[in-house]
Amino acid sequence: MQQLDLNSFQYAFWAALWAPEPLAVAAAGLQTRPDWQTQPGWRVYRNTVLKGCVDALQANFPAVQTLIGEACFSACAIEYVHAQPPSDSRLLHYGEGFADFLAQCEAVRGLPYLPGVARLDRLWSQSHAAADAPHLWPENLQALAVTDLAERRLHLHPATRWAWFAELPIGSLWRAAREHWDDPNPPHWQGDGLLFARAATGAVQWQPLSASGAALLAACAQGHSLGVAMAAALEVQPDTHHSPDPHPAQTLHTLLSLGAFCQPPNTKPCT
Amino acid sequence: MDATQNAAPANPGTGLGAGLGAGLGAGLGAGLGLKPQHYDAACALPSSRASGLWFEVHPENYLVEGGPRLAWLEAVRERYPLSLHGVSMSLAGPDEPDVQHLERLAALCERVQPALVSEHLAWSVLDGHYAPDLLPILRNRQALTRLERRIDQVQERLQRRIAIENPSHYLHLPGHEWEEADFLNTLARRSGCGLLLDVNNVCVSAHNLGFDPWPLLCAFDPDAVLEIHLAGHQADPLIGEALWVDAHATPVSEGVWRLYQRLIERIGPRPTLIERDGDVPAFDELLQERERAQRGLQAAGWQAAQAAGLPGMALAGAARGRQAFRLGATHAAA
Repeated sequence: MQQLDLNSFQYAFWAALWAPEPLAVAAAGLQTRPDWQTQPGWRVYRNTVLKGCVDALQANFPAVQTLIGEACFSACAIEYVHAQPPSDSRLLHYGEGFADFLAQCEAVRGLPYLPGVARLDRLWSQSHAAADAPHLWPENLQALAVTDLAERRLHLHPATRWAWFAELPIGSLWRAAREHWDDPNPPHWQGDGLLFARAATGAVQWQPLSASGAALLAACAQGHSLGVAMAAALEVQPDTHHSPDPHPAQTLHTLLSLGAFCQPPNTKPCT
Repeated sequence: MDATQNAAPANPGTGLGAGLGAGLGAGLGAGLGLKPQHYDAACALPSSRASGLWFEVHPENYLVEGGPRLAWLEAVRERYPLSLHGVSMSLAGPDEPDVQHLERLAALCERVQPALVSEHLAWSVLDGHYAPDLLPILRNRQALTRLERRIDQVQERLQRRIAIENPSHYLHLPGHEWEEADFLNTLARRSGCGLLLDVNNVCVSAHNLGFDPWPLLCAFDPDAVLEIHLAGHQADPLIGEALWVDAHATPVSEGVWRLYQRLIERIGPRPTLIERDGDVPAFDELLQERERAQRGLQAAGWQAAQAAGLPGMALAGAARGRQAFRLGATHAAA
């Protein structure tokens, strides 16, 4: 019987497994096409691997699939799998480069919002799997005087994610897909944003986010005090009376109510 | 670890009381692969339907930092014993095991104190890339040495014995130096690991490669078998009956049930899992399948084995420390 080195077999198997088309003999580095590649059972491995990867992308990017349909999604996904196979066995994390890939993908050229929608799908997954931490709720800050509040640094909950899209209503498009809106067309074709936060139940919740809300969160993430963060928000939204967006103070309350912040690490929870 | 501290609540109707469940894993009868859509139903199950029930999950889906997945798993674990059935450690692969993955798995074990931990006689990682499948190996000396070393590494880190599952075969491969059962028995003897005997995989492999499944099932060392898997297979959609696929998308076939019953009558009852990954039906339908397995176990003396604390059912060694699985290696050398 032919003796085969284990690694040689595995490298040949792997190359044939990932080849977009049945592998040419020369590319497999073998003198002749190995017998196992001609057996009907060989296809089971190729199909299982490809399907496993595509299924993972479908699970991780549901809004993208809803917007472009299953057939188009599968075509893009198969191309992506061959370009960037998984490197982490936790398939929940698969698709790190999918948003950028979609921006270059011929099949979805003409859908400039799609990479952003993919980014939001990914932020949902990140929020879903992020570490736990005790939330900071609005009532935890009630006792503070205004001056103390302004000096206070708020810590973002590990599960808090957000994105602001200046040009396109990507947050609305994502919500239309995930909330199964009858009419997926956003009411206004203008930039918008979205926030993800984990509720007390652990479920990921989302909420439209204004440019000033995004500025407030970014300032908090950078470690600025609440006073500085509010100033940053007001800079983005100077005319609070006539803006359609909520006042930054209202936004702050909403963020706290959604569980976007957590208790400071290494301190006993404030009451 | 304290073996009794995390034992499942005693289930009325099994006749199992405090003191009888000697060791972690006692009380494991027929279990189910747990799907997210069934978390709530699993936690709300009346105890009258929970005799011997336990759940198995793929740890890869729970190796996250936090969030609802872990919370669900912990809620299930508060009620039932759990088994962590890994699919991605690639123990037979060219790459050395991913140390980060092993650390995460160890943390999950610490968190949910599983009754069983298992992996596959397979590989799925090469040059840092992961293929979500269980790829076939050549059962040669190189593979045996590699697996023995890595299983030792895993058992050492987890401080527990793991079980290794026999794969489904779709290919005639050249270069095997061992028959499958001999290979796995030898591996179990040398590394001290246990075996997870998948009856459906044996059935599928026997059909695809053209041999009788029963002698193979009989060839596995009964003392090493810690768990049994049952699942559904189906004919390949293109090739048809000539090729069966271990798809886990249908109920367990009658042929597999017959082999299973013969097997446990021969080797005695073992914790038995119904796997279902595709076309997952309502929870109640899966429960009925698992109740059939539970009745089978009872016909094979499950209750007596429980009461006697027989090693097979008590999973002796499954949660023991280093010394226990080292005993296996010492025994092999002797």
